[in-house]
Amino acid sequence: MDPNQTCTLINIAVMTVLMWLIPLQFVPFFIWLERKGSAIIQDRVGPNRTGILGFRLFGMVQNFADVVKLVMKENIVPANVNRFYFMLAPFWAMTVSLLPLLVVPLAAPLEMAGHSIRFQAADLGVGVLFILSITSMGVFGIILAGWSSNNKFSLLGSLRSSAQMISYELSMGLSMVGLLMVYQDVRMSVIVETQGRLLTAWGHALPLPNWGIFLQPVGFLLFLVAAFAETNRNPFDLAEGESELVAGFHLEYSSVKFSLFFMAEYANMVVAAFVIATLFLGGYQVPFASTQELQADPKLALVLLCCTLVLLKGLAGVFFYKRGVQQKHLYTGVKQAEPFLFAGLCFAVVVAALGLMGYGLTAGLPAGVNGVLIPVLQLLCLLLKVLFFCWLFVWVRWTLPRFRYDQLMKMGWKLMLPLALLNLLVTGVLLLTQK
Amino acid sequence: MLEAVLFYILAAVLLGMTLLVITRTNPIASSLGLVVAFGALAALYALLSASLVAIIQILVYAGGIMVLMIFVIMLLNLHADDLRPMAARGLTVALSLLAVMAGVLGPVLLVVFPSGNWIMAPLPDGFGGIFAVGSKIFSDYLFPFEMLSLVLLTAIVGALVLSKRKL
Repeated sequence: MDPNQTCTLINIAVMTVLMWLIPLQFVPFFIWLERKGSAIIQDRVGPNRTGILGFRLFGMVQNFADVVKLVMKENIVPANVNRFYFMLAPFWAMTVSLLPLLVVPLAAPLEMAGHSIRFQAADLGVGVLFILSITSMGVFGIILAGWSSNNKFSLLGSLRSSAQMISYELSMGLSMVGLLMVYQDVRMSVIVETQGRLLTAWGHALPLPNWGIFLQPVGFLLFLVAAFAETNRNPFDLAEGESELVAGFHLEYSSVKFSLFFMAEYANMVVAAFVIATLFLGGYQVPFASTQELQADPKLALVLLCCTLVLLKGLAGVFFYKRGVQQKHLYTGVKQAEPFLFAGLCFAVVVAALGLMGYGLTAGLPAGVNGVLIPVLQLLCLLLKVLFFCWLFVWVRWTLPRFRYDQLMKMGWKLMLPLALLNLLVTGVLLLTQK
Repeated sequence: MLEAVLFYILAAVLLGMTLLVITRTNPIASSLGLVVAFGALAALYALLSASLVAIIQILVYAGGIMVLMIFVIMLLNLHADDLRPMAARGLTVALSLLAVMAGVLGPVLLVVFPSGNWIMAPLPDGFGGIFAVGSKIFSDYLFPFEMLSLVLLTAIVGALVLSKRKL
């Protein structure tokens, strides 16, 4: 095998593993975000007791305690369940929830030493359709869990949820079609590249990035709602419906099997956030600075990256410092020092970023470093967008009550589906007038 | 080489799962076997560079139609006693398999390869992709395509009439 091909294979293998690890790493963070977010919305404090040697990481350590609890629990398989399918269901749910991320690009391809390094596991020719088809397989996990548990509540939960997922899959697919009509391609890399330009309407360039949210505002809203429904997230969490069905489809699951369902739910949301950010918010594209512009001007990427870091870390540092001062009288020792430690780390990053920027602007960075900075900047940009959508998931859950089942079906079939079709019609007419 | 290995693995999965479909008495087991068989079939399509057909296979058959089938089976709530008379014998299965092979696949193969020439011309660029299939459907095969949508519409209306006695 020639070295170029070997490089491509290694690249694909590394990216595939990475794309499996990224949503898994997001899950504990997301759970922490959910707990702290719900605490903020409900005016509570949230998890703040668990700690390792006094380090509490602002409640993040609670996740370790949860993992230990779930792993240590007895792995109960009830007597009258269909054992094989009962065990299969959580694995199916987890596997399917991690797959769609394989086609999402994390940054623009990097040309280095004659090789092209791609930050995407698989640039499939069917791109977006792959995501749709994998999400459509996700229903089986829930159906199997509900049916094999041999429990009325579980079966009811899984029936509700599968009906809901099938109904909203239609609006999701149709809202995507409008987007594909605009971008004229289904390949994820092409879709993201197209979004790097400026928006043009009837020959006039507008001062807006060419993002899906501006091209397809109705499509974006429909897709967002459908994504909430597909991930079984409140206000669409009828699959669980604690007040009506005890816990819905995962009622009979305990220990690690339950934690797999739990993780799959959060991994689904992370993947949905990645997909929405990629399709509608320009993916890794930095607004008003396309990949070509970043590659042409070696200092642009450096300045943008350092400014973003200074802004983010500066804000975080101020927040940590204030928190430390507020809680100074409550704690002693490590607990007292922890916020100041984190504030210090953040400010150190700020100083380092400023120093790097100063050095780069005056002395100039060595060739090649700029090439590495661009993917870092673009990855940071994508992660910020994803974080926003993660927060949106938390925000909506703790703000809106659950739908009633008939409301849910009425909305899916009588509101979202006609709207999606109308959106298609309007998009087609507008595209024809553009030509 | 790699393609041949993949083909044999996928073909084995496909055949094994299809056997499960017709030999299991538990309907859920059969339909799940069918889901995996559809997946293997989709992978075979992808191996034949028909990527769009592969993805549609998963999206429509495995993801859509099979969910509805499992739905119906679960709601029927069949017990093991109801299913016992339906269990098929091994010989019947083998004979019906042979009959299908001879009766359906044989003529098809004879029509497709009349001269027995199994070596194909290389495929053009973008074959089986979304652009190639789409432009074929909406130019050369527009009439059959529209007829198909009409047939589907008829089926939907028929299902509605059957299920809703009082419209």
